[in-house]
Amino acid sequence: MMRSKPDEDDYWNSSKCRAFTFDDDYDELSSLKESKRAVNSIRQFVVDEDEDEDDMVKVSWSGEPIGSITWSIKETASSTKQEQSFPKIDSGPSLPRQGSGYSLSSLFKAAQDPYAIAFYYLINSNLDLSGVNLSLPGGHSYGDSLVFFIPSYVFFFFFFFFFLQFCSLETFRSLKDKMQLLDQAVCANDGNVITAVCTHVFLQKYFLQCKLEVLSRELMSRDVALRHYIHYLKEMGEQKLLVELFKSLGRTEDMALLQYREHLSIKDEVRRKEYLKSCISLPFPPDDAGHVQDHYTLLERQIIIEANDKHLENKGQVEVFKKHPRKASILNMPIITTLYYSCVYHYGESEGTYSSPANIRSTFKISEKQYLLTALSARAKLKEWLDVGSLFTTKNWLGYTKKRSPIGFHRVVDILHKNNAPAQVLQEYVCLVEDPNLKISLAQKYKCHDIVIDMYKDQKDRQQLIVYQGKVERGSPEDKKIQDILNNTQIRWKN
Amino acid sequence: MAHSARRDAPELPDFSLLKRLARDQLIYLLEQLPGKKDLFIEADLMSPLDRIANVTMLKQHDVDKLYKVENTPIFSTCDQICFLIRPRIQTVKWIADTVNADKAAGKFRKYKIIFTPQKFYACETVLEEQGIYGDVSTDEWAFYLLPLDDDIISLELPEFFRDNFLEGDQRWVTTGGSALHLLHSLFGPFSKVYGIGRCAKMVYESWREQVEESEQKAQKSEIGNVFLIDRDVDFVTPLCSQVVYEGLVDDIFRIKCGCVEFGPDVTTADKSMKVMLNSQDKVFSEIRNEHFSNVFGFLSQKARNLQTAYDRRGMDIKQMRTFVSEELKGLKQEHRLLSLHIGASESMMKKKTKQDFQELLKTEHSLLEGFDIRECITYIEEHINRQVSMIDSLRLLCLLSLTENGLLPKDYRSLKTQYLQSYGIEHLLTFANLRQLGLLVEQQPGDALTAMESKVGKLVNDKTAEKLTGAFSSLAKKSNFRALSKKLALVPKTGEEYDLRVPRDMAYVFSGAYIPLSCKLIEQVLERDGWTGLEEVTRMLNGNEFVVTASHSGADARFKTDSQRIILVMFLGGCSYSEISALRFLGREKGYKFIVLTTAIINSARLMEAMLDNHV
Repeated sequence: MMRSKPDEDDYWNSSKCRAFTFDDDYDELSSLKESKRAVNSIRQFVVDEDEDEDDMVKVSWSGEPIGSITWSIKETASSTKQEQSFPKIDSGPSLPRQGSGYSLSSLFKAAQDPYAIAFYYLINSNLDLSGVNLSLPGGHSYGDSLVFFIPSYVFFFFFFFFFLQFCSLETFRSLKDKMQLLDQAVCANDGNVITAVCTHVFLQKYFLQCKLEVLSRELMSRDVALRHYIHYLKEMGEQKLLVELFKSLGRTEDMALLQYREHLSIKDEVRRKEYLKSCISLPFPPDDAGHVQDHYTLLERQIIIEANDKHLENKGQVEVFKKHPRKASILNMPIITTLYYSCVYHYGESEGTYSSPANIRSTFKISEKQYLLTALSARAKLKEWLDVGSLFTTKNWLGYTKKRSPIGFHRVVDILHKNNAPAQVLQEYVCLVEDPNLKISLAQKYKCHDIVIDMYKDQKDRQQLIVYQGKVERGSPEDKKIQDILNNTQIRWKN
Repeated sequence: MAHSARRDAPELPDFSLLKRLARDQLIYLLEQLPGKKDLFIEADLMSPLDRIANVTMLKQHDVDKLYKVENTPIFSTCDQICFLIRPRIQTVKWIADTVNADKAAGKFRKYKIIFTPQKFYACETVLEEQGIYGDVSTDEWAFYLLPLDDDIISLELPEFFRDNFLEGDQRWVTTGGSALHLLHSLFGPFSKVYGIGRCAKMVYESWREQVEESEQKAQKSEIGNVFLIDRDVDFVTPLCSQVVYEGLVDDIFRIKCGCVEFGPDVTTADKSMKVMLNSQDKVFSEIRNEHFSNVFGFLSQKARNLQTAYDRRGMDIKQMRTFVSEELKGLKQEHRLLSLHIGASESMMKKKTKQDFQELLKTEHSLLEGFDIRECITYIEEHINRQVSMIDSLRLLCLLSLTENGLLPKDYRSLKTQYLQSYGIEHLLTFANLRQLGLLVEQQPGDALTAMESKVGKLVNDKTAEKLTGAFSSLAKKSNFRALSKKLALVPKTGEEYDLRVPRDMAYVFSGAYIPLSCKLIEQVLERDGWTGLEEVTRMLNGNEFVVTASHSGADARFKTDSQRIILVMFLGGCSYSEISALRFLGREKGYKFIVLTTAIINSARLMEAMLDNHV
């Protein structure tokens, strides 16, 4: 994976492309290196590095002294009335409203109880920025009931919940009333209030006793409220209730996913496997049902493989486990990781065994391309170059062998390089790249000098060859080879 | 640098006031629990807290020991415990467990929970359910706004995105309104508000109601205009790879709360170092908005200058003394910063080369252009097959779906299967989330017409359009990217040379390949002073656009001039550094100053991670 440093420098310098790219940029990086050198060279001037440590803004709980607290919170509240107003825009969902929004009259035409009034203030009040109580005039009559004015937001809240907790929802007994209350809450846009009203309108006791169908019919048309309620139940971990709700709403897919999600919280793999098995019959759409089935099968196989391999590894008789000790258990890994694992430890096993690559490939219907990529990186990792070769070898009907790849040989080269393949292996595959431009740039990148030199020779490109000579080590066989070619008077150079 | 900045750009307001305000409020809250106490802080509140307070300050207010909330049993001997947390059910449940464990052990303590920026109803339900409602006192710390830089303010609420757009929970709407209200009361009054998106509308309403109920000092307005934009208006932009310096640093090293941790490969020392990245850093402030390709040239020029500055051969003693006392410190600091950013550039270059970044970018650009889609699909497929970065694969799939208005059923099925095989079948849950949000969808049979619509660029007439929109409103939201891109000229014509050294438009933040949709919208609306002429665009963006002007009594007409050109852009659901860079560019071109107010800084990885569901 890691290239050595001079190696990299060389790569930067060998690029012919001049425009800025992240891949290869000769100018920019060398100028960066130059600036780095420049900066480093002046380091000697910089005496006692530690002294100006504090010039850097450090982010920590530093213990520096602080200034006195001059700002009293009250100061910010002193003010005069503002002579400016903004128009109201319709931001809520379009619900039938009576009068102007949530006025008292529209909200509680019939019911005039303290709870309603508290609610009214709740949705109309706001947090004062400085936390100082807002004083409102006390005592104001509305209709024939006395309305209480409470001095602050916090108190409104308290007031509201006090009544919610100690009064029954006497006045909101009918479904219609409940829904009206809910709609008003939604109009206020404040999610916090919507959640609060939702949970109280659908007190769980009530909810379960009530016919779910009736309720869900009402809820279905109240999407905003419904989503709040669902999120609330999710956060509170009310799994059962949520499942019931989805069921009655006819949202079977959501219900299935919700139940499937539960497997994540099961740590024991055998229990997890059993749980996944029960998920297969959930009402997923056909594709997803297949995936869940795969999930179960995968874990089932992984448990078998894990037990078996752990045993083999402990016994210490199998070569591959000794040479490449397992770094982690295979449990709960993705399918492709499992395939990779089996290509490392169980390559060549017959399809009959669960752990064989062939079995995994056919069980999970892995595409040819995917299989090839995985097997390639696994075998390359183990430096099994023969296996790598046979992955691409096909015989035609005359018995000749040919190398063929569904993924393009430049990719193959890339993967081999990332797995530290030796030069001659790389060279073999660079040769197989069809596009000559790609081939030459790859050959340069991976220092397959012979290919580069031969290609320039074939192209009769003397200039490029001379340039390339500057990049190889002086006195090396490559250098000599280039010199010989350049000295060859029989070649008719094009430049 | 090489920009022809307009000279008359107004000054930005000083947001350090926000920090002081938050700090004083915290102190006030801590004093509500007199005596020694241990403070438990939620992990992701530590960095924001670091920006406004420090240990000494906390100690002065009787905080004895500091702990991180870790969902494990606590070992505190103090008889007063204070929890400083976000309003999350999980954390409150943990607190309830802690309190109940103490109770069982016969330990008596005083507990206080400070929720920031506010408490939620659901949190209190937990306290009630666990039977500790009366045993624990609760409070709210209205710490809404954290200035990350001169022109960036963050709410530091990454969960805003998922809660609002995926779960459909509007609990943060009031928070957004309050944040806006705070800025309005300190730096307002605002005179005009533009916006697009459902959440934007609701935040506006929440803010307006708060304004109506509160009083405001008559003051000189420092921020004149506001633009509210929902993240779901433009998902394409944050999903693109970032190539502007600051964005690239965020993509690779992850900037957290305006601060980045550079590893030993950057610092060339044996330990990593945390560095603040903001306009105080003189080197960084000059390269942050530059395309990465320009950064090298700049850094080497800077290095040469520095070398000259240090080279003081032939100085006499007196000159030497002035040099040491006056210039040396500055030079030394510059030297540090310079070597740090050179190290970072080098490390980024290496990382990007290793992952074949050039090819990745090529694919992204093809997707944006709608060119060689088959090849793109092959590339994505191979990316998945090779099990390269799970997040990157997901991001590319989303980009494909967004730009193509959904995947063909055949492609969708095959790519999904391969994805599940490569990265784990539990990603079924991720795919369900992505579909819910409209980020990764399958084309429906009825979509043929819509697909054609986006190819043609506009519909025959508006009536058909309305019928169509009506017919499909039940389906997941369409991105209409291709048609929008044509209408707004987001993708420059191919073949044209784009000189990244002298950017001509905001497309430079994506190597000249694409103008961020979000920023283009802002530009257009400001230019037209409203949405007139953009009807077709807004229709394709699902409407919800608005523009409102304050009806005021002429008294503040005299403040108009400067503040009108200071524009607060509020991103609901987060914005990326590339978008901020693009807006800075726009500001320089048109003589505006943009202040970015965002619920969090996001990038493609954070956006995708928010969609994952494979944890419990």
